[in-house]
Amino acid sequence: MKPPRFDLLVASSTDEALEALRTRGDGATILAGGQSLMPMLNMRLARPAALIDITRCADLRGLRVERGDLVVGAAVTQMAVERRADLFREVPLLAQALPWIAHQQIRSRGTVCGSIAHADPAAELPLVLATVGGRVTLRGPRGRREVEAEQFFTGMLRTARAADEIVEDVRFPLAKAGERFAFVEFANRHGDFALVAVAVRRDAQGLVIGIGGVADRPVVSRLPLLEGSALDEALNELAWSLGAGDDPHMSAPGRRHLVRRLGRQAVLATVQEHQ
Amino acid sequence: MHRDVDLSRAQAPHVGRARERLEDAALLTGRGQYADDLGVKPGTLHAAIVRSQHAHAELRGIDIARAIGMPGVRAVLTGEDVKRWSQPFVAGVKAPVHYWALATDRVRYVGEPVAVVVAEDRYLAEDAVDLVQVEYAPLLPVTSIDDALAADAPLLHPEVGSNVVSERSFRYGDPEAAFAQAAHVVRLSASYPRNSCTPIECGVVIAEWLPADGTYEVTSNFMGPFSLHAVMALALQVPGNKLRHRVPRDSGGSFGVKQSVFPIAVLMCLASRKAGAPVKWVEDRVEHLTAATSATARATEIEAAVDANGRILALRYDQVDEVGAYLRAPEPATFYRMHGALTGAYDIPNLAVRNRVVVLNKTPTGLVRGFGGPQVYFALERLVDRIAATLGIDPVELRRRNFVRREQFPYRAAAGALLDSGDYHAVTDDAVQAAALDALRAKQAQVRAEGRLYGIGYAAIVEPSISNMGYITTALTPAQRAKAGPKNGAIAAATVAIDLLGGVTVTIASAPAGQGHMTVAAQVVADAFGLVPDDVVVNVEFDTQKDAWSVAAGNYSSRFAGAVAGSIHLAALRLREKIAKIAAQQFGCDAAAVRFASGKVFPAHAPDKAQPFARLAGLAHWSPALLPKGMEPALRETAFFSPEPLAAPDEADRVNTSAAYGFVFDIAGVEIDRDTGRVRIDRYVTAHDAGTILNPALVDGQIRGAFAQGVGAALYEEFRYGADGSFQSGTLADYAVPTAAEIPNPVIVHRQTPSPFTPLGAKGVGEGNNMSTPAAIANAVADALRPVHGEVDVVLPLTPARVLGLIAEAEPNAPAGLKAATTVAGGNPKGGVAIRASGSVDIAAPPERVFAVLLDPAALARVIPGCHALESVGPNRYRADVTVGIGLVRARYVASIALSEIDAPTSLRLTGGGSSSLGTGSGDGRLQLERTAEGTRLHYDYEAQVGGKVAAVGSRMLEGAAKVLLNDLFASLGRQASGQAPLPLWKKLLRWLGLEGAR
Repeated sequence: MKPPRFDLLVASSTDEALEALRTRGDGATILAGGQSLMPMLNMRLARPAALIDITRCADLRGLRVERGDLVVGAAVTQMAVERRADLFREVPLLAQALPWIAHQQIRSRGTVCGSIAHADPAAELPLVLATVGGRVTLRGPRGRREVEAEQFFTGMLRTARAADEIVEDVRFPLAKAGERFAFVEFANRHGDFALVAVAVRRDAQGLVIGIGGVADRPVVSRLPLLEGSALDEALNELAWSLGAGDDPHMSAPGRRHLVRRLGRQAVLATVQEHQ
Repeated sequence: MHRDVDLSRAQAPHVGRARERLEDAALLTGRGQYADDLGVKPGTLHAAIVRSQHAHAELRGIDIARAIGMPGVRAVLTGEDVKRWSQPFVAGVKAPVHYWALATDRVRYVGEPVAVVVAEDRYLAEDAVDLVQVEYAPLLPVTSIDDALAADAPLLHPEVGSNVVSERSFRYGDPEAAFAQAAHVVRLSASYPRNSCTPIECGVVIAEWLPADGTYEVTSNFMGPFSLHAVMALALQVPGNKLRHRVPRDSGGSFGVKQSVFPIAVLMCLASRKAGAPVKWVEDRVEHLTAATSATARATEIEAAVDANGRILALRYDQVDEVGAYLRAPEPATFYRMHGALTGAYDIPNLAVRNRVVVLNKTPTGLVRGFGGPQVYFALERLVDRIAATLGIDPVELRRRNFVRREQFPYRAAAGALLDSGDYHAVTDDAVQAAALDALRAKQAQVRAEGRLYGIGYAAIVEPSISNMGYITTALTPAQRAKAGPKNGAIAAATVAIDLLGGVTVTIASAPAGQGHMTVAAQVVADAFGLVPDDVVVNVEFDTQKDAWSVAAGNYSSRFAGAVAGSIHLAALRLREKIAKIAAQQFGCDAAAVRFASGKVFPAHAPDKAQPFARLAGLAHWSPALLPKGMEPALRETAFFSPEPLAAPDEADRVNTSAAYGFVFDIAGVEIDRDTGRVRIDRYVTAHDAGTILNPALVDGQIRGAFAQGVGAALYEEFRYGADGSFQSGTLADYAVPTAAEIPNPVIVHRQTPSPFTPLGAKGVGEGNNMSTPAAIANAVADALRPVHGEVDVVLPLTPARVLGLIAEAEPNAPAGLKAATTVAGGNPKGGVAIRASGSVDIAAPPERVFAVLLDPAALARVIPGCHALESVGPNRYRADVTVGIGLVRARYVASIALSEIDAPTSLRLTGGGSSSLGTGSGDGRLQLERTAEGTRLHYDYEAQVGGKVAAVGSRMLEGAAKVLLNDLFASLGRQASGQAPLPLWKKLLRWLGLEGAR
């Protein structure tokens, strides 16, 4: 369990990181918190010729509110966000979801943007970003572009990021008055990847329901305000629409069951909070 | 810290008190001495093992040229070397199963060592592992007990003529008559899975061949039993005294599992011989989970003959153990460790047993905490709860009616166990009281009335400790045993010495792994000499060339408290007797009147004459002339102890398998969450009688640890294999060891009935909950399901996925149009990762053009994503060099691709297989081309199998990965055939594959 040989390039700015990415080409990979990448290196599942460490890029360490968004720079750890005093007021869904991510030790190194860029279909942060309608800022040789979360995640471990771009930051819209949120997850053990995770955003217009852990990316649906059997029917339709598969940890019917039951729990939680 | 830890250091007696541990100051400040921390000699090289990615294959050849040519690589050990310098490991049953340290002609499980690379550091060694080219010719794998027993099963070891490597039947009393007259016969099928106890520290071996002496020197965290030292020496073809084995002071958990280090110790000896330098190997987690060991999986058919009052008259076991690919010593011990006590805590005079041992294409099995017990009690205690339900008798009352009664001890069980002491009824009372069982049952009734699923389960077990080294010979017939000579006993050893200044040192060969042996040894010796434990130094490093030891040395079968602490006590008493004689001469009194207390020695009648212990002890060193006439000078005593009742199996196959038998009664209250299938442990009481308790804090620590592992076995842990024999639990994300967040705090109660057969009256306590907890929780889950689902054969582990399967209600229908999901995967009845995918894609080109692309090698090379080269090796057969990857995961595969059953332009079959450093993959699919208005609709129906490392560490992602790769392939085919821009088609594809999701 030792990685193959690689070059480590420590960038001190985004410009340096982009330059390194350009010159090293396809063989280079961005290293942020390393909580997914390092195990993959050690197991030799990934064999990049070079790692570009961006954790010392001062311009990627920003964590701030800007024009109605909480902006999280690429070098900001999950723990730094979790400890933000106003997080429950600013982005309640993120505050609810963070403790579900692995374990404290992992969150203290893992970055928010790293998890988004990795795009594990069962990870919490892509689900939260998609459910709140957040955006990803990509920067590359052609400049900056912002991509809506739902367009950013294109498949299992796949995103709209081009090989010569880096995720500069991600932007979570601040909660608006009247919005309510709930995050419900089920995993075999605390800290495991979700078997199913459900994130709900509710406002006067309706429900936004995000499901993680089932399809090949977080899937967000918009529903009118429903309750009772109409809600159950809508959740059943949602459960079947995700193309659930079997793996050693859960069967496809089990996953659909979890979507229906956790979906109801999450929607009810937003109602109860409302009262 | 234990709530009752006694900080008043001077208070005697020390045995029986919850003392702070002598070990902990070092362990808690990072000063532990684990095998990987020890310094090694300059020039020590580092080994990495080339392991099989196939479950079953002929080994056609190994090409080490590229690896050996790599700078920094010093040697590569292969099967040829192993055959030259060693011989196969012996086992307790003589069968033509040749188990070498490296595969020589065939590989028989994923992870089997095939070669060892020795290099200047571990990084280089692993680089070189990737360069060793092994040519395999795959054979059909055998992956289940049923398959292994099938008449037409592929044979792992053709010379055996069968996959059954041991079979014996036993009959005690008159079981046939008992079944004939029984009012009820109650049956149960039970299967116990492969699981383990996963120590934090994996295996470590440092080995050196000393050519001048013809000696191998090994330091490893092998834990014993040291009977296996003989197995290692025989394999290395050296006398025992030329295999020096040392164990460091600390070991980071063992739980039986580190027994499995022994074949690697031999392997590294040979690697050192090949490299001409010392070699160090540190097992990594993937290696450990994949290929170190496993608990023995068992299929049991069990039935009981029961009279109208619920008295069990007879038991009949039909058991099949699967031990993996080889019969590795001490297997088939999983059966025979428990053999004498197969009737459990019950007075059942009649017993019939059939034991069969099969081999199949999985990692060899071995010691895992509880060894043999979880397998027996999962069947027996599930059966007892079922008898209670069938007869409508309270399960606690049913057990009471059948327990061995207090006045019957020592009690000879049907198969020969001599249950030494106990009061099973009283311990059961303790448990019932601690659980407030009436209130718990009232709660259950109330919760059930609300429509929730709540169950109460019980388990009553006898916990064997101090294994009879002769039990394994029960696997032989009496005639075979007579020929081989009787084996019995369980010899423990301890040495106590007193130095020039009166300092006491204890040395033991118990190879501890965190249990606190040093602390208890010091407590025992302090009491003997009237000292305090802090005065006593305990050295637990073990050196086979310098220490007192015998066959039973090591850390297993819960032997420390009964046998090792007992030996320490005996050695200390001998030494005390000697000092008492010296003192008696000084004091002018009788030796029997000499007392030891508070660091002083004095005559009972005249405490004022007291002399310091150190001064009197010093006489034996400094003043031999003053010693009583004829007394040997100096102070060092070694005691060897073997429990008296451990005889060899008798003519009728009765065997007392262990020296002592504790008792455990567990009560579990669980609730099943209908939303998630999670089993929540609401209440857990475990009542123990382990004889005299030497240190209550350590005993409770053992119980908590065993309970945690019992919960793991019950609800979380299993080594999973695919139908192709691929291993799927290679990380701690896939092999789900519960953490502190998942383990509730059990209520522990004690009763102490001393054992008459151990020097201090102590019995083992380390394994009871590994045996009782899986059964108690399974019984509770079965009870929770009983009102709704009746009697269910529950299967461990009871994961949410399994429990949801058990409680599944009819699923609401899919909305119209969604049911025809395009991809159905997993779903393999054998639990494999055979991935099936079917679906269709639209291509904007006519079928002829699509077909032409498929038949044109140059075009096909452009179609296959990541294809570097495609060379024709025959008509429609190609060899390809392809990089396959998703996200950051990438590997370069050498693949063979074949097109067959070609019916242009409507259908063909596309098969392929390949291998890389990440593993193997194969696929077999049929493509149908349908002409449409826009071009072609390509229908595909695929089955793929993935093995090797990527299956071991990535099972969660495999199905998704297969979808992605198929998407890529067909998208690329569409582009090539139509010349279209990729994006619109890509979107179309996603929609067709149902992957776009609801937007």
